[in-house]
Amino acid sequence: MATRGHLGNLFCSSSAWEILNCILFWLHNQTKSPTPPPAKYGGRHTVTLIPGDGIGPELLNHVREVFRFSCVPVDFEVVNVNSALETDDDMNNAITAIRRNGIALKGNIETKHTMAPSVKSRNNLLRTSLDLYANVMHCQSLPGVQTRHKNIDIMIIRENTEGEYSSLEHESVSGVVESLKIITRNNSLRIADYAFKLAREKGRRRVTAVHKANIMKLGDGLFLQCCREVASGYPDITFDSMIVDNTTMQLVSKPHQFDVMVMPNLYGNVVSNVCAGLVGGPGLVPGANYGNAYAVFETATRNTGKSIAGKNIANPTAMLLASCMMLDHLKLYDHATMIRHAVLKTMNETRVSLPSLKGLSPHLPLCHEAHWSLF
Amino acid sequence: MVNSAYMKSISQIIYIENGLYKQCMQTVTLIPGDGIGPEISSAVMKIFEAAKAPIRWEERNVTAIKGPGGRWMIPPDAKESMDRSKIGLKGPLKTPIAAGHPSMNLLLRKTFDLYANVRPCVSIEGYKTPYTDVNLVTIRENTEGEYSGIEHVIVDGVVQSIKLITEDASRRIAEYAFEYARNNQRTSVTAVHKANIMRMSDGLFLRKCREVAENYKDIKFTEMYLDTVCLNMVQDPTQFDVLVMPNLYGDILSDLCAGLIGGLGVTPSGNIGANGVAIFESVHGTAPDIAGLDMANPTALLLSAVMMLRHMGLHDYGNKIQTACFDTIRDKKVLTKDLGGNSKCSEFTAEICRRIQDMA
Repeated sequence: MATRGHLGNLFCSSSAWEILNCILFWLHNQTKSPTPPPAKYGGRHTVTLIPGDGIGPELLNHVREVFRFSCVPVDFEVVNVNSALETDDDMNNAITAIRRNGIALKGNIETKHTMAPSVKSRNNLLRTSLDLYANVMHCQSLPGVQTRHKNIDIMIIRENTEGEYSSLEHESVSGVVESLKIITRNNSLRIADYAFKLAREKGRRRVTAVHKANIMKLGDGLFLQCCREVASGYPDITFDSMIVDNTTMQLVSKPHQFDVMVMPNLYGNVVSNVCAGLVGGPGLVPGANYGNAYAVFETATRNTGKSIAGKNIANPTAMLLASCMMLDHLKLYDHATMIRHAVLKTMNETRVSLPSLKGLSPHLPLCHEAHWSLF
Repeated sequence: MVNSAYMKSISQIIYIENGLYKQCMQTVTLIPGDGIGPEISSAVMKIFEAAKAPIRWEERNVTAIKGPGGRWMIPPDAKESMDRSKIGLKGPLKTPIAAGHPSMNLLLRKTFDLYANVRPCVSIEGYKTPYTDVNLVTIRENTEGEYSGIEHVIVDGVVQSIKLITEDASRRIAEYAFEYARNNQRTSVTAVHKANIMRMSDGLFLRKCREVAENYKDIKFTEMYLDTVCLNMVQDPTQFDVLVMPNLYGDILSDLCAGLIGGLGVTPSGNIGANGVAIFESVHGTAPDIAGLDMANPTALLLSAVMMLRHMGLHDYGNKIQTACFDTIRDKKVLTKDLGGNSKCSEFTAEICRRIQDMA
């Protein structure tokens, strides 16, 4: 028991009691699922890990700790990206690593304003290079967290590669800058299809498209039209649409009317942050970016959190839940369920000081609490 | 071109009559609007009469007419009245679909170059929402940005919308924001942007804000990403004071803040234009289903009228009317249906008038 917390080894800590517990636990679970999950080499998966900036490295260290403790058969290939450099070599290495492993867990990479405008956001570059077209975020109220609105359960699906984030800008005349927002039929159909498929898979009843087609008649009009076309193929799911400013107003007054929401890139940014705020803050909600071939997991609100970095106060819940989503993707369902259960049990027992969800009290105890809860 | 309360007060003619200072009546162009517009406008006029505010109303209608050259414009008498009085109060206008002309709000905006949309959002005691102690102002650039209306179909299935940011418009809105903060005793201005993604356009906006901030050292200037603002706004709105931002973010955030205090039915709004023109309006819809039934809630238009009084320098009248309105809502005895009561619009108005007369 004294070795709990010393996690230098790749495998479980050396106490015999703990190994026994481990074995007993897995044996118990083995009887439930006789078919072993698929794995890459020697029964272990390799996942690319991009620590990023700010609170990213410390949150991902927590994830690694918990994984070692739970004997998760995952090895991390760490790729560091230095956001201060102007060249893209680091990013290219990261993208190659993700192509090789197929899956990644990442912290947010800072985009410094002081650099030239030609240096684009690294996070965006990663998403577009790997064609991670769907950003999925599941906002659920947690019973142990005090918020103004209770029992929120909204899924947000956001188009992740185009729209306002095309990074196509030019200064045509001095003092006049044009920024292009691109909406394409293919991507709009793709994201709408993804949304409806996910809604059906999860047993959801309604999909709401968020847009501003009264003003951007061609762009958002095209998006809305594509959503309607896809909706006609899913008669069991109700489809409606709402203008983005009305959506934010409704979210803060009556959030329970929303079920699944699908939207272009920028509105997705706004709506996902509003919803994250409604359920308790950026430290609680995990996010996933899915493409046809690759998947990258991170916190839903993608904050660098520079102001709280290094102080041991960042909330690891979002990143831990994101790692559980990753384990689900790897079909390591048992490990995912176990860690998720441990994290949520710790969150909902309010004796761990989590009212300060903006990160004002030490959260490393949370990790150790999670470890205790695993057994 | 900056409109301050100071400049407005200069335009008031003060003369002595019988040993007393008496303020001359000021003209305001009133556009009642459609649907519930006429009812709430007459409610506001009654309340102003009870408060003995020195305002002379000039009612005008705005319906789009085709001018010479085939361009849509507002009726010339409305334009002339507004150019003369410089101050307008507008009710809700309906936007007919497929009428062939742009929305009336857009026409007004273009005619008078209404570049700043100001929405103060203050929690109303007595109208309970999950958010208390909200006290912030959103100032939104109203002429360019994502709403430039420039869109093209590049090839079939690919559409491009252009977001336009110019130096002049950014500087103008930043200057207005800081002037507003100074004139209304606000302590900080926050620029909302997404310069990590839209490096050049929002970068330009941000640079202009920073430059203008140099001239207003007494006001704290901060910058925050749009997503961070949204995240923090729904958790703790008290950390925000004055927010300045381009068009789309302003649209979204101002409606978000309206939702925090109770919706569009209680939110005032003002549009400031070049050449000293200012039009204050209620931003809710025309509510055709309750038009003419004496059920409408005049609070939004009334609070916009109070904003107008403050803009004109008539702070005493503004405070009196606002206090009467908030007291009525706090008492909860006479409330319209949308505020949770059962009274008619006329009863609500009468109650406010009674309170004003009791205050005098």
